[in-house]
Amino acid sequence: MESTTILNNVEDRHIEELDTVTIRFAGDSGDGMQLTGTQFTNTSAVIGNDISTLPDFPAEIRAPAGSLPGVSGFQLNFSSQDIRTPGDQPNVLVAMNPAALKVNLADLEGGGILIVNTDAFNEGNLKKAGYESNPLDDGNLLQNYRVFKIPISTANRAALREEVNIPMKEIDRCKNFWALGLMYWLYDRPMAPTLTWIETRFKKTPEVGKANSTALRAGFAYAEAAEIFTTHYRVKRAVIAPGKYRKITGNEATALGCVAASQLAGKPLYYASYPITPASDILHELAARRNFGVKTFQAEDEIAAVCAAIGASFAGSLGVTGTSGPGLALKAEAIGLAVMTELPLVVIDVQRGGPSTGLPTKTEQADLLQAMFGRNGECPVAIVAPATPGDCFHMAIEAFRIATRHMIPVIYLSDGYLANGAEPWRLPDIDALPDFKVKNKTESNGIFHPYERNPDTLARPWALPGTPELEHRIGGIEKQDTTGNVSYDPENHMHMVLTRAEKVALIADDIPDVEIFGESSGRVLVVGWGSTYGSITSAVEEVQNRGMSVSSVHLRYLNPLPKSFGDILGRFDRILVPELNLGQLAMLMRARFLVPAISFPKVKGKPFKISELVAKIEEVYQD
Amino acid sequence: MSTHVAENGGNGSEVVKLTKKDFVSDQEVRWCPGCGDYAILAQVQKVMPELGLKRENIVFVSGIGCSSRFPYYMNTYGFHSIHGRAPAIATGIKTANPELSVWVITGDGDALSIGGNHLIHAIRRNLDINIILFNNRIYGLTKGQYSPTSEFGKKTKSTPFGVIDYPLNPLSVALAAEATFVARSVDTHVAHLQMVVERAMRHKGVSFVEVYQNCNIFNDGAFDMFTDRAVKDDKMIQIEHGKPLVYGKEHNRGIRLHDMHLEAVELGNGISESDLIVHNEKSPDSYLAYMFARMEYPDYPVPIGVFRDVEKRTYESLLEEQIQGAVAKMGAGSLEKLINSGDTWVID
Ligand code: SF4
Repeated sequence: MESTTILNNVEDRHIEELDTVTIRFAGDSGDGMQLTGTQFTNTSAVIGNDISTLPDFPAEIRAPAGSLPGVSGFQLNFSSQDIRTPGDQPNVLVAMNPAALKVNLADLEGGGILIVNTDAFNEGNLKKAGYESNPLDDGNLLQNYRVFKIPISTANRAALREEVNIPMKEIDRCKNFWALGLMYWLYDRPMAPTLTWIETRFKKTPEVGKANSTALRAGFAYAEAAEIFTTHYRVKRAVIAPGKYRKITGNEATALGCVAASQLAGKPLYYASYPITPASDILHELAARRNFGVKTFQAEDEIAAVCAAIGASFAGSLGVTGTSGPGLALKAEAIGLAVMTELPLVVIDVQRGGPSTGLPTKTEQADLLQAMFGRNGECPVAIVAPATPGDCFHMAIEAFRIATRHMIPVIYLSDGYLANGAEPWRLPDIDALPDFKVKNKTESNGIFHPYERNPDTLARPWALPGTPELEHRIGGIEKQDTTGNVSYDPENHMHMVLTRAEKVALIADDIPDVEIFGESSGRVLVVGWGSTYGSITSAVEEVQNRGMSVSSVHLRYLNPLPKSFGDILGRFDRILVPELNLGQLAMLMRARFLVPAISFPKVKGKPFKISELVAKIEEVYQD
Repeated sequence: MSTHVAENGGNGSEVVKLTKKDFVSDQEVRWCPGCGDYAILAQVQKVMPELGLKRENIVFVSGIGCSSRFPYYMNTYGFHSIHGRAPAIATGIKTANPELSVWVITGDGDALSIGGNHLIHAIRRNLDINIILFNNRIYGLTKGQYSPTSEFGKKTKSTPFGVIDYPLNPLSVALAAEATFVARSVDTHVAHLQMVVERAMRHKGVSFVEVYQNCNIFNDGAFDMFTDRAVKDDKMIQIEHGKPLVYGKEHNRGIRLHDMHLEAVELGNGISESDLIVHNEKSPDSYLAYMFARMEYPDYPVPIGVFRDVEKRTYESLLEEQIQGAVAKMGAGSLEKLINSGDTWVID
């Protein structure tokens, strides 16, 4: 590869091997930091590192340039080990302007590498960032970190001015690729994957493409030649399970899972959605899948989206709607209709910080109780939650499998961290995916009863308009069991409420039982769900390695809960439940199992750090 | 639904001759005795066999309100949904299976108040669905509050001092949303109502039909001042494509365009039929239809009939075309290929 040739020329430069590195790229939202981070991630994945990412961007598309709210960051962790999180603390911070430094410096580890674009540290930018004097002149900074002051903008201009014929403004926009090139040299990455990407991306504007590739090469060459770095680093391929891999984000995996479910069920996919952060990428992904027969519908609002999905389900498609917390609130009444009419429906909630508009681009797990109870009446639905970006693929399939087999709405709780975070994903063996070909009711034995139930699942038949002799009417008014006639009978209502609850409970027969990470009994059991899987598992592994009696259970099925979950709780002295909310699962566990579950809440729009979980586990352990 | 379906009964099968009885469900009808809904139900059940559709290919969708019980009484597929959302549910049904004949039954509160957003968007997309709005200018099921079509100043249970918001004109709303078929009829005008329902059905694209419906419990006689047999010839006008706007028991009155305004005139005294405005329901712009829709009692005779009937590609046909185009261009989707797309690498 390209980098190897170049490296051969600089054998005098010291190369140090590292297991794991955490880098944070930070700059103005117009500086292209998400792209820079993504490119570094892709390259690291392709050369075989394990990776995990945490994009962190403002809700505003372009907050005022140079301002603190306009800072956009991208953290990635890459390793030769098996890693599960984007890293607690960056070892390296690339700060493209003073605001980015101000917002991110506190997170950088002591003695960490700090790379700054000195050109951006002018009076205006310093003022916008609230600095009274230039922090780069501060002796403490130089003492506490390994600071590399580089005039990135100037160097980028110098490299490009003679080479490409584009306006200076465009040239300046290439400086993120210059910085990327520098980082590629520093961490011994090949440039080839990014060069290929640039070529495809800028096919229509080759001059801009050339500018970006020139900038990338120039940054690389600068690092190599300028000898400001005495050392550069190598992170070897990770030893991970053999197989074919690709990098995937949670939203991509969710969309893929929906398409896969459609093929496995033998039913067309119908995705209805209203644009909302951080769920919109699922709509974008699926809108491009027309050749799979996928119908996407961008509705006029959240309610129309869920209703169209319900209509599509009634007509025989796999109806699914995607949203975030505010949208889930709007869809509540319609989800109740799907519960009442007992139609298969999947509702994807990519949770974000709430309440109300809250923190649209930040992560949180505070919609669990909304998913459980946020509707009028006794209105249970099934709930699943993926644990990692790659797991989104499998849990999306599970959502449809449960919805169609049990004729019930399923809420799928992803979150902002899973949605935008990426990890290497081992491509699944398609033949090993669950086969749940759906058979619709097609024959009547004289008279058709829309609420005649399957004795095992209590599911009613899914009879589609267009089928002769099965004409029937459904609706939100209470129905008599079996016949489906409108009924206000008190006994029937009680019976139907219990039946709908029982339908959900019976799903427990149809889902995998809990897996315990560690011993099946002991001192502390850590219980989590959803996107906290990576940090909880890493923290538990760390304390286990120290010989502590700690195990963990990670729930991917939240309603109903897996069968033996309650029994397991009784086998540990302490139960700790870390959640990115104020203790919603802990509350459900206490109510349901009468256990003194200890909640460990965090609602800062950020995932748990492994270290904070380790500290909490130790505290509970000693207690 | 399109006329080609009328020929083959949908799903490509041969013609079946059903009767009104085939469309009557086994459910007991629960509207108040004397309610205008009965008449509309009867006319719809009567028209259905004329259309040559098979029962199984028809879906009636409704929201909430008295009229929204309608689907229970039709021996077809039916979905009685939630308040205001019928157009959205119908959108899902029609786009998922374009072969179905999809009908939305709604009321003035359901369609224009809580469901206003869905109504205008379903209309602008031009789905091939038929929307029948039963306008009784009152909330019946909740026992007599004013609705978005109630007259200004009207005293109702929720407005003891009179309504102080201005009413919506349903046809104006539909036209503003670019409806390709707009019509109005009256519950008691049996033959006219049948004609309008049948034409709505045959129109390919969205059909919006307002039916004046009497709620004899909470707003009895709301339309009597012009629909009553004794006065209707002088107080109403049936508009017909290609014909001048003539009305009156003696065919002695008409509507002409004067100073950019419509004007009701007596024929004679130098004014002849050739001075009257001629209806053109096929006009590509909707100005004429809009002007007619604005003719309100008591200033004008109230128009009924088909206001607009134009062709435009339907949403579902465009969607199907995109799918076929994508398959032709990229080949039918392969899950294996999709999963393997993007940058991949192998660990051995
Ligand atoms: S309340 Fe009025 S609209 Fe409703 S059923 Fe009775 S008469 Fe008809």
